Amino acid sequence: MGWRLLSLGLLIAAWYAGSLFAGERLLPAPQVVALAMLDEARSGALALNLGVTLARVAAAFIIAMALGSALGLIMGRSRVSDRLGDPWLIVLLNLPALVIIVLAYIWAGLTETAAVSAVALNKLPIATVTVREGARSLDTALDEMAQVFRMRAWTRIRHVMLPQLAPYLAAAARSGLSLVWKIVLIVELLGRPNGVGFEIGVAFQLFDVTRILAYALAFVAVMLAVETLLVQPLERHIARWRQRPA
Amino acid sequence: MDELAFGLKSGEVAALVGPSGCGKTTLLRIIAGLDRDFEGRVTFPSHGRLGVVFQEPRLLAWRTVEQNVRLVAPHASDADLAALFEMLELPVHRNHYPGELSLGLARRVALARAFAVNPDLLLLDEPFVSLDAELALRLRDQLAELVNRRSPMTLLVSHNLDEAIGLADRLLFLSASPARVLAEIPVASPRGAHNPEKIAALRAEIARRLNPPASNDRS
Repeated sequence: MGWRLLSLGLLIAAWYAGSLFAGERLLPAPQVVALAMLDEARSGALALNLGVTLARVAAAFIIAMALGSALGLIMGRSRVSDRLGDPWLIVLLNLPALVIIVLAYIWAGLTETAAVSAVALNKLPIATVTVREGARSLDTALDEMAQVFRMRAWTRIRHVMLPQLAPYLAAAARSGLSLVWKIVLIVELLGRPNGVGFEIGVAFQLFDVTRILAYALAFVAVMLAVETLLVQPLERHIARWRQRPA
Repeated sequence: MDELAFGLKSGEVAALVGPSGCGKTTLLRIIAGLDRDFEGRVTFPSHGRLGVVFQEPRLLAWRTVEQNVRLVAPHASDADLAALFEMLELPVHRNHYPGELSLGLARRVALARAFAVNPDLLLLDEPFVSLDAELALRLRDQLAELVNRRSPMTLLVSHNLDEAIGLADRLLFLSASPARVLAEIPVASPRGAHNPEKIAALRAEIARRLNPPASNDRS
């Protein structure tokens, strides 16, 4: 913890030194950005924009994780569906995020649905590939055990399958979350009238670096909070059986 | 396997003995419904509830000992489970995870799990392989006692003749492939009893009945 604080302090010091060197216009000092953040917070715009963006992140993330897990599970368990689905995955994986976003807006209009589905579609193939790997490594010995003891389907999923998939789901969720929020900002910049991405777009047109940094840092702080308050405790809970020494 | 046929009575323990590679485990897998690539018929007792002890314990590492047992037997009463744990000397380990257990303990949990479902047919695939002799003997006694109390039909696969004699009412000797039943030898002594003279006498009889192939059985 001490080292982390020191590292953070060094970063702010370097930022301050940079702002002295580059000048207020290109890199405003930390306290200027903090004041701008406070201003936005007072007017209520910060909370509104953060909330809207966070809602889009959550929606796209949940859709992509649910669909990706289901597809990955099917593809990992059945060879035919794996062969059928694999070329689609490769196309999706290699399609630039920007292309998917632009096409979604053209085909579905500048709507919330288009925005969220474009982000979900960007994240979907990565979730699928990760969960497919997990589904391939499921232990057949435990599967047979569940079969001979006639475990019910839900018991099997919850107690036999999900714990084996947990590390893969966690990896997909972790990489997914950071990817999703970065793409959400682009989606907002290109076709939404609110959100952190939209605000950054406006600030870009005015070359307002202070505002860009204020919004970017506020959102990073929110995602950091999600990571430490939600993702990490969940991972610890899932891995509780590993922690005790033998 | 070819023309292999045998039956089991309720409360009876039969041991399948034969050279390795003759398909004992495959036979158990067919009976358990895990292997469907065969021609033939398997008829189950009335309810056909199955309890299986695999060669490896096959426990869920992420669930405690108690949860492992409860998950396969959601309807088992607390009292029944408590008695079962008591008999297998497991009460202290109820809340342990399988990763914290020795192999012998893990095998006991696998036994508890198989008995918790109150099976009509119990399949045991070399349940005590790779345990030291003393522990195997103790576990064998515990198993014999469980079988006596709950009397399921039991089919045991073993290549340890002493173990088979100690547990079974009937020994079924299988030949190398194609596997057939070479000989059926009843075991008169009560389950769990270790009378060295009786065992020696039985061994002699087995050797006589199986003349040349008897050398196939390691012990």
